[in-house]
Amino acid sequence: MTTMQKLLQLPVNAVNMVKSVQGVAQGQEEALSPVLTPDSGPQNWYNAVQPEELRHLRSGGTGGGGEGSEDRPGLEEGLTSVQSQPLRHDDLKEMLDSNKDSLKLEAMKRIVAMIARGKNASDLFPAVVKNVACKNIEVKKLVYVYLVRYAEEQQDLALLSISTFQRGLKDPNQLIRASALRVLSSIRVTIIVPIMMLAIKEAASDMSPYVRKTAAHAIPKLHSLDPEQKDQLIEVIEKLLADKTTLVAGSVVMAFEEVCPDRIDLIHKNYRKLCNLLIDVEEWGQVVIINMLTRYARTQFLNPNINESLLEESSEKAFYASDDEEDEDKKAEAATLAKRKPYVMDPDHRLLLRNTKPLLQSRNAAVVMAVAQLYFHLAPKAEVGIIAKALVRLMRSHSEVQYVVLQNVATMTIKRRGMFEPYLKSFYIRSTDPTQIKILKLEVLTNLANETNISTILREFQTYIKSMDKDFVAASIQAIGRCATNIGEVRDTCLNGLVQLLSNRDELVVAESVVVIKKLLQMQPEQHSDIIKHMAKLIDNIQVPMARASILWLIGEYCEHVPKIAPDVLRNMAKTFTNEEDIVKLQIINLAAKLYLTNSKQTKLLTQYVLNLAKYDQNYDIRDRARFIRQLIVPTDKSGALSKYAKKLFLALKPAPVLQSTFKDRDHFQLGSLSHLLNAKAAGYQELPDWPESVPDPSVRNVEIPDWSKCTSRKDRKEKKTEKPFYSDSEGESGPTESADSESDSGSGSESASASDESGSGSESEESREETESEDEEEDEEKEKKRKKRLDKTKAKKPAEESAESEQSSGTEDRKRGRKAVKNQKSASESESESESSESEDESEEESEEESESDTDIRKKKTPISKQPPKQSKKESKKERQEMSLLDLDDFEPAPASAPVTPVNFLSSSLVSDLEGLSLTNNILAPTTIAPSGSIKMYELLHRITGEGLAVEYCFSRQPFSPDPNMVAVQIQFTNNTNSETKNLHIEEPRLQSGMRIREFTEIDVLAAGESVTVVMGIDFCDSTQAANFQLCTHTRKFFVSIQPPVGELMTPVFLTENDFKKEQGKLMGMNEISEKLMLGEKCVNEHVIVERVTATANLSRVPCGSEKECRFAGKTVSSGCLVLVTVPTKEGGAAQLTVNCEKMLIGTLLVKDIMQALSQ
Amino acid sequence: MPVLDITLKDNALIMIHSLFLINNAGDLFLEKHWKSVISRSVCDYFFEAREKAVEPDNVPPVIRTPHHYLINIYREKIFFVSVIQTEVPPLFVIEFLHRVAETFQDYFGECSESTIKDNVVIVYELLEEMLDNGFPLATESNILKELIRPPTILRSMVNTITGSSNVGETLPTGQLSTIPWRRAGVKYTNNEAYFDVVEEIDAILDKSGTTVFAEIQGVIDACVKLSGMPDLTLSFMNPRLLDDVSFHPCVRYKRWESERVISFVPPDGNFQLMSYHISAQNLVAIPVYVKQNISFFETGSSGRLDITVGPKQTMGKTVEGLVVTVHMPKVVLSANLNATQGTYNYDPVTKILVWDIGKLNPQKLPNLKGSLSLQSGAPKPEENPSLNIDLKIQQLAISGLKVNRLDMYGEKYKPFKGVKYVTKAGKFQVRT
Repeated sequence: MTTMQKLLQLPVNAVNMVKSVQGVAQGQEEALSPVLTPDSGPQNWYNAVQPEELRHLRSGGTGGGGEGSEDRPGLEEGLTSVQSQPLRHDDLKEMLDSNKDSLKLEAMKRIVAMIARGKNASDLFPAVVKNVACKNIEVKKLVYVYLVRYAEEQQDLALLSISTFQRGLKDPNQLIRASALRVLSSIRVTIIVPIMMLAIKEAASDMSPYVRKTAAHAIPKLHSLDPEQKDQLIEVIEKLLADKTTLVAGSVVMAFEEVCPDRIDLIHKNYRKLCNLLIDVEEWGQVVIINMLTRYARTQFLNPNINESLLEESSEKAFYASDDEEDEDKKAEAATLAKRKPYVMDPDHRLLLRNTKPLLQSRNAAVVMAVAQLYFHLAPKAEVGIIAKALVRLMRSHSEVQYVVLQNVATMTIKRRGMFEPYLKSFYIRSTDPTQIKILKLEVLTNLANETNISTILREFQTYIKSMDKDFVAASIQAIGRCATNIGEVRDTCLNGLVQLLSNRDELVVAESVVVIKKLLQMQPEQHSDIIKHMAKLIDNIQVPMARASILWLIGEYCEHVPKIAPDVLRNMAKTFTNEEDIVKLQIINLAAKLYLTNSKQTKLLTQYVLNLAKYDQNYDIRDRARFIRQLIVPTDKSGALSKYAKKLFLALKPAPVLQSTFKDRDHFQLGSLSHLLNAKAAGYQELPDWPESVPDPSVRNVEIPDWSKCTSRKDRKEKKTEKPFYSDSEGESGPTESADSESDSGSGSESASASDESGSGSESEESREETESEDEEEDEEKEKKRKKRLDKTKAKKPAEESAESEQSSGTEDRKRGRKAVKNQKSASESESESESSESEDESEEESEEESESDTDIRKKKTPISKQPPKQSKKESKKERQEMSLLDLDDFEPAPASAPVTPVNFLSSSLVSDLEGLSLTNNILAPTTIAPSGSIKMYELLHRITGEGLAVEYCFSRQPFSPDPNMVAVQIQFTNNTNSETKNLHIEEPRLQSGMRIREFTEIDVLAAGESVTVVMGIDFCDSTQAANFQLCTHTRKFFVSIQPPVGELMTPVFLTENDFKKEQGKLMGMNEISEKLMLGEKCVNEHVIVERVTATANLSRVPCGSEKECRFAGKTVSSGCLVLVTVPTKEGGAAQLTVNCEKMLIGTLLVKDIMQALSQ
Repeated sequence: MPVLDITLKDNALIMIHSLFLINNAGDLFLEKHWKSVISRSVCDYFFEAREKAVEPDNVPPVIRTPHHYLINIYREKIFFVSVIQTEVPPLFVIEFLHRVAETFQDYFGECSESTIKDNVVIVYELLEEMLDNGFPLATESNILKELIRPPTILRSMVNTITGSSNVGETLPTGQLSTIPWRRAGVKYTNNEAYFDVVEEIDAILDKSGTTVFAEIQGVIDACVKLSGMPDLTLSFMNPRLLDDVSFHPCVRYKRWESERVISFVPPDGNFQLMSYHISAQNLVAIPVYVKQNISFFETGSSGRLDITVGPKQTMGKTVEGLVVTVHMPKVVLSANLNATQGTYNYDPVTKILVWDIGKLNPQKLPNLKGSLSLQSGAPKPEENPSLNIDLKIQQLAISGLKVNRLDMYGEKYKPFKGVKYVTKAGKFQVRT
């Protein structure tokens, strides 16, 4: 291994380096020492630390143990001496100056321990910095730790170390380069800014992605040191953004976020690449990228809920306030809006949603949260739901994670309650939860409450009220109050429950209940004078000021409901007035004022008395209030016009309070952010932009190569390839010459053996080394080349071989071109299948070179024939191997023996592989392919002319698609009308609507001239008639095709009895029933014809029926299994009625249309 | 926000600025700064919050101070307090801090104040590698172990004698591969792969014994010691059970999506392969039932307690390690009980009653019965304490999940493979 070798050599270099550096360092130190004595340097710092030190000394002295005692004795010694004589570390200095690494190491360890405890070790700087070039790696590392910590304080001395790092930047070992850059950029000394800038620039175009990653890390460091450099740094960021490695992506986006988050234009060209790379980026990078892309998407795409947002808002309103008319208006408005602007999602928007979705399964809570917020802010409403499950899963995590997740869930539940409703019980509270978690869970439960689940929630709440945790009980009572205000049905129940709590022994509970009851009563006071009376009685016992104040307010507000009690209460309160809390006093004054206005006869004197008391109160608020109220209510000559309106002022009808969540409207902060958590803008928070009104130009994301949008990933991969030499300069593939004379550490022997057949051994060994560098997909290519090689070999050996003939004729030229083309196809992300059969053979050959050639030939010949079923198994094994190669390293060897026996979950695969071994022909295997019968309509997928000789037709075979029962089986027939063979027929790049899935057919290796072949693929159309778009690729061309299913093919027959049918039909009435009158066509003379017509239109089965005048059919949709019931009762004279019952109304409507057409012909 | 003070002027954005480790007694015993030093006085805000919270659990994970934000976690009786200056996803920091704690645990066997202090140099080196300028750099245990070798007793002895170091002499290759979690050149004489399927039942049962809420939290912990670069595929007999899963980054999402198999190149050593969650209540078997009667009398300041535990749905396996924990109301002074099996202990300070039963014998059900004495004069407690159950069932995954097979590709040797199933009680609570 080269790195190892280099490392072993390193000390030799390092020794020289050390000598020279030490020489320099010492020289300089001597020169500087008069100025920079250890004593004078760190004075400032010392002052800062002094109190801290004293504290420790004290704690050590008093506690006897304190901090010091836990330390190792050796350390302790050193530290106590530090504490008592802080500026003398003579022993350490001595050790650092010694020649022995072990002593140096020990000294450094002690120094680091000091730093870790916050002790000052800055006076050792000169002694430590000398060791920066020490050859011992650990000493070196610890010196780095020290340097980074103290360089800022000892700028001049720190400069001594710079030259070491500059040298390190040029080291042949990438890790040394990276580490040098890391430390260099961490030394916060302004004077080296130009050096850093230069180093970063250089590192940004380093061969090694690891060094480039370090460069990305260094950018924010430099930026914070000297913001002047911003423009130059942005250039570097731009450059690194274009980098194609996953290693760099996270770090550079981080740098982007820190240096120039507003330069969104830099992202355009890299957007698709970032989306595609995302899944392979390390966890932390994923979080940063996702957050950045969220912001990006908000500026670049249209709101996917543009048509729904209005609807949603209005329905939300309807829930709280029942303002129906306005509601109607808005709905109508929204509806018109919807009609006006049909929303089509930008494919790039879709790309982002699709590529982030699997990350919901990450083990890292931060990643899951990042995806969740992305979906919340960007996804169409219907799709947001998928995040709920993942978020609920996080609730099992550490309590801190729970805390943050619950905060975000609380915000989400306000906007999208339905999403979390199925997980209601996951928010139930355990007595062992920390209080802060309990309260957040309560918040969520309250937000989730609605008419249907309120009874269960209230039952839960009842148990909570008995908890020992009083804060939690108080929160529970508030929660009950909120449920009661929001859900009218349970208001009385809640109120009764709360009233019962008034007799609770715990005062806090009672007080909280009073406060909540007050709010509830405000909504309908007339009916509840009993409760008010009851509460009036309570006032003698309740001491909690807030509760007392609430009761007084209630009595005052509704004094006409309790005319007898109110004056009495006032009398009692007047007695205790001076001892009350301010808040109670204010309410006493209020009560007095209101009673004076309504019942002045009884309360005039009392009021005077209270106001007099208040006049001399210590609190100026109370004095003010008293003065103000006296002027208002007691008519005097001087009193102005206002006193006439006193009654109106005091006894105005007050709107009931809306008890709403504190999490309302928090979603204007980006979820998952610190600002959202604090509900306040944190420094450096990037606002989540509003959706743009009109769509910005989507073409900005297109990259130079015009067909980028069609084959993003392919380009991507290609780029990767060219960038390969970055991996290591000496290992680069800059040509046969270089690799030939470079270290002979090329890979496995078998490869180099086979390489002798290739044109030059140079390029081969270079390739095998590429493999050790384990680029993504490299393996594929490698194999591909091998395969090609094999082919060539076979060709060379057997020129007459049939399958090789055409290629043979075209010669090397052709081969090169072919390889390129194949490479492209191979690397395409979606279907990475290549002609598996031949490949696996090649591999087996690779394994055993001795294998007889004739055998190979026979198998070669067979491959084009035995196509259909073996492919399923092979696809499996193929996939296996290819994914492996995604991750593989040098010592990967194909395991052809084990690969095909991968457990495959769909039928007959193992059987098929057996069959394959027996070399059966397709005659026997034919039954799995359903020959298109006459009744099944064929559709054209690719015309002979557009397909350049390749004609493709498809039909819906109406067979269940065995690998996935939720997919519609589509049978595809390829016909090769050219006179040369077409190879590697496969599917690439499906462009699907959300939720749609494709299971591709296995690649067709070779389609000989004039032949045709039929394969079956599965498509999950998600019960929509949206077309599935994809590319059909041959070895030379790609064709865009799409399959759009007629609605009738989206279903599969089910067999129901007449009773079942009626029962099911009964469930699907109303909106789900679509009925249409029609006239039967001339030919629809009897039942038989009708049945035939209907079943031809839709894949339904007939349901037995007693009457002859009625035909019934039943089926269910393939994807979601919704029942589809069709009834056609005929009447006299060709009239008939068609009824379709289906939960999916769209399906029903379309089906009615289609059947109508079929029947009326 | 007020204008940041002068020391911050050059500190633009940085994710995690500093880290302080604080023990339960409030001693700050380690600090690490990734940029310029932030005075430890910033922790005063934390101490304030800590005091207010009473319980360490209740310290808010995010504390706002005038110039900084403190994001902290509490783990193994240590507070990890990080200082943040600018907007950052809080979970990012929390998750990272947990990763730090896990790394310590991994390195030193446990993550405690004393081990951290004993290994302060390694801790520092680890922190240095894990964060660069506040941004996570190397957090995978396999890479870290290549950079910094974990201490072992033997090696620390050898090191003291020979003066050699803990730092790897060679530099890691891991960062350079596309498999950041696996180190290259792994060699074992015995190639083994063990998988522990551990399921925890989270449940809330109400007074009458009906299930209010139940779900299963499962994890598959792996210990893989295989040479070279093995590519493993783990398949289940009944993968449909697994409704909600999360994976170690080594697992290929797409294979799971399409085939419901777990295909991965494993990290070397111990790791958690996946976790899953089964929330459908009808799938969750409740292995034991509890009959309880706890009552407090209005007069005489005493109470009665009577708890019986019996087997419910144990799938024919023995329930072991049965422990019942009761958090008593504050007024309960002592308990005078009689256990037919196992031992009980009431701690009058924490008010926790622990009844350690051990193995559950279905023939003779364990019972704990007796009287509680309350503080005289205090009103009787309103609430009844809930019971927390702990238990263990060996050789059983309560959800019925079964591993079908493990296949290895990419290497030629035959590994030894083992799967173990354990069911435990998670947050299993009986309300009374």
